[in-house]
Amino acid sequence: MVNYHDRLDRTFAALVDPTRRAILARLERGDGASVSELAAPFAIKLPAVMKHLDVLDAAGLITRTKAGRTVTVRLAADPMREAMDWLRRYERFWSSSLDRLAAYAERKETEARRRDR
Amino acid sequence: MTSTGPSLTLVRRIKARPSIVFDALTTPEGIAHWWGPDAGPVLAAEAEPRVGGRFRVRFRMLDASEHESTGTYLEVDPPRRLTMTWRWVGGVEDPGESRVEIVLRAIADGTELTLTHSLLHDEATRTSHERGWTGSLDKLERHFASLAQRRSP
Repeated sequence: MVNYHDRLDRTFAALVDPTRRAILARLERGDGASVSELAAPFAIKLPAVMKHLDVLDAAGLITRTKAGRTVTVRLAADPMREAMDWLRRYERFWSSSLDRLAAYAERKETEARRRDR
Repeated sequence: MTSTGPSLTLVRRIKARPSIVFDALTTPEGIAHWWGPDAGPVLAAEAEPRVGGRFRVRFRMLDASEHESTGTYLEVDPPRRLTMTWRWVGGVEDPGESRVEIVLRAIADGTELTLTHSLLHDEATRTSHERGWTGSLDKLERHFASLAQRRSP
């Protein structure tokens, strides 16, 4: 059960970096890509890209399969979905709660002003 | 705030003074008016807004399911700031503890409220560090104990 938060933590930590987000976005568009295809749009060297892939792999966000000399990288959807679900659950809870909180506080403010008069 | 932990931030501008908003956030009567993800009712609300005090709120959603959230106040600085831990009682969807921080800022026509709900990233790290140290100290202790045994006649 503790693992759930650890997993979320790793997912969000991996998502903090813009290069890693760009890699994931690229993977979302297609059915896998090779490491050099992934590295192409970035002004960074291949070893740096490999490091980002290691972080994404450790977070369970991608899978790497080797065929001959080519490594194909694919998106693993589950951890992302879990992270999005976490955010969505609390967003729903708090947006709805804060809407009613605001309405309630504004009523109280009107009452207080009436009393002050 | 943590930099890498996942978090959700919402900002609301409310046409009420900060002290009124703060009371709405921290009194059981206030909480009963707004707590929950839909228009379902709050069934029970308890709140002790002081550092170390607890809150517990039970609510029913429109789909008739009942939920209870609880936690401990970490910072209570009326009417500016409120921080608390957050946990679902018996919740299966999100079993861990998270943290809610609410900051109120007076603006021309009322209050700007900023809410951040985040995972306890720092706490988790600290706990694992403590565990690491505890493990090392245990080993050291065993080491010295065995040395002492060898030396005793």
